[in-house]
Amino acid sequence: MSRKRITAKENNLSPLAWGLAFGIVFGFLLQKGGVTKYDVILGQLLLTDFTVLKIILSAVVTGMLGIYLMKSLGWVKLQPKSGSVGMNVIGGLIFGVGFAVLGYCPGTIAGAIGNGFLDALVGGVIGIWIGAGLFAAMYPKLRNGILTIGDYGDVTVPRLLKVNDWFVVIPAATLIIIVLYWLERAGL
Amino acid sequence: MGLLTEVSWSPYAVGIAIGVLSWLSFLILKKPLSCSTSFASTSGMIERLFRGKKVEQKPYYQRIGLKIDWQWMLVLGITIGSLISALLSGDFALKWVPALWLLAFGDTPLLRLVVATVGGIFMGFGARWADGCTSGHGISGTLQLAVSSWISDFLLHRRYPDGAAHFQSDWIGGG
Repeated sequence: MSRKRITAKENNLSPLAWGLAFGIVFGFLLQKGGVTKYDVILGQLLLTDFTVLKIILSAVVTGMLGIYLMKSLGWVKLQPKSGSVGMNVIGGLIFGVGFAVLGYCPGTIAGAIGNGFLDALVGGVIGIWIGAGLFAAMYPKLRNGILTIGDYGDVTVPRLLKVNDWFVVIPAATLIIIVLYWLERAGL
Repeated sequence: MGLLTEVSWSPYAVGIAIGVLSWLSFLILKKPLSCSTSFASTSGMIERLFRGKKVEQKPYYQRIGLKIDWQWMLVLGITIGSLISALLSGDFALKWVPALWLLAFGDTPLLRLVVATVGGIFMGFGARWADGCTSGHGISGTLQLAVSSWISDFLLHRRYPDGAAHFQSDWIGGG
């Protein structure tokens, strides 16, 4: 009995410990990449500094190749988010406004705090809490209405096109690498 | 130690390492890396402090759960990891106003704090509306080729040139 309880407790603890460990590595990398800084993020939005795009595209191409390989081997299951036109188009636009005005995103703002930026802690985080709270208050009115318009569920591009994963993964990875190569060639 | 004390690394090295981190997250936690939901659960937990248990009954909080989970710890870890990196390289500095902001608007913290709060409200609201942020959609969803994420990316990234161009011409004066 007591033995069982301990195991259950350990199982509960371990995702928290792993989450913390992954977060520390993630935050370390974000800071070394410079994206814990407002100036670097605004530089991307103003198209004068392409650090953010380079990091995101390198992460996506690396992640995509590895995750789809592990999926082929049966090691992992994909977990694509469900979505709809009403959710992703409108939400993406509102988020984009917030991103341009705040100059941090939810992940990098946590890193900005670690880097010493007090506008992230005192301004930005409180704003994100308020925004999320407003959404939670409005959610009962939205969930069966605008958020369901143009629903496409948790489909992925390969499933949507009804093709083998690699018919999408390889061209997408190639395209991303070409974009990165082009950015370097253009001296950006 | 030399590498760890450098102020910055190549963006490609950082990106590839984040990609590898996403493999480990899928393998070990069985979850994609994502951040923004934990801001919503924190918001709900703060509200619960003031208004009591009834806050938990809100449909949105029923859906996401008001507890400290792996993602909450991930976000806490990001702050710690960034702090360690900045301290090791001497890049840590307490600042109220970022340099680029200072050039455009001066060094008054109050204006920056008000604007950051307003931006945060849009971001917190928009991230919940789209059900994801730069991590959940931008990296984790995009690398899974999720339709929801590619559409979100296109729109939130589409916004930048417009939004930033306005920002530049209206506020920084075309600089």
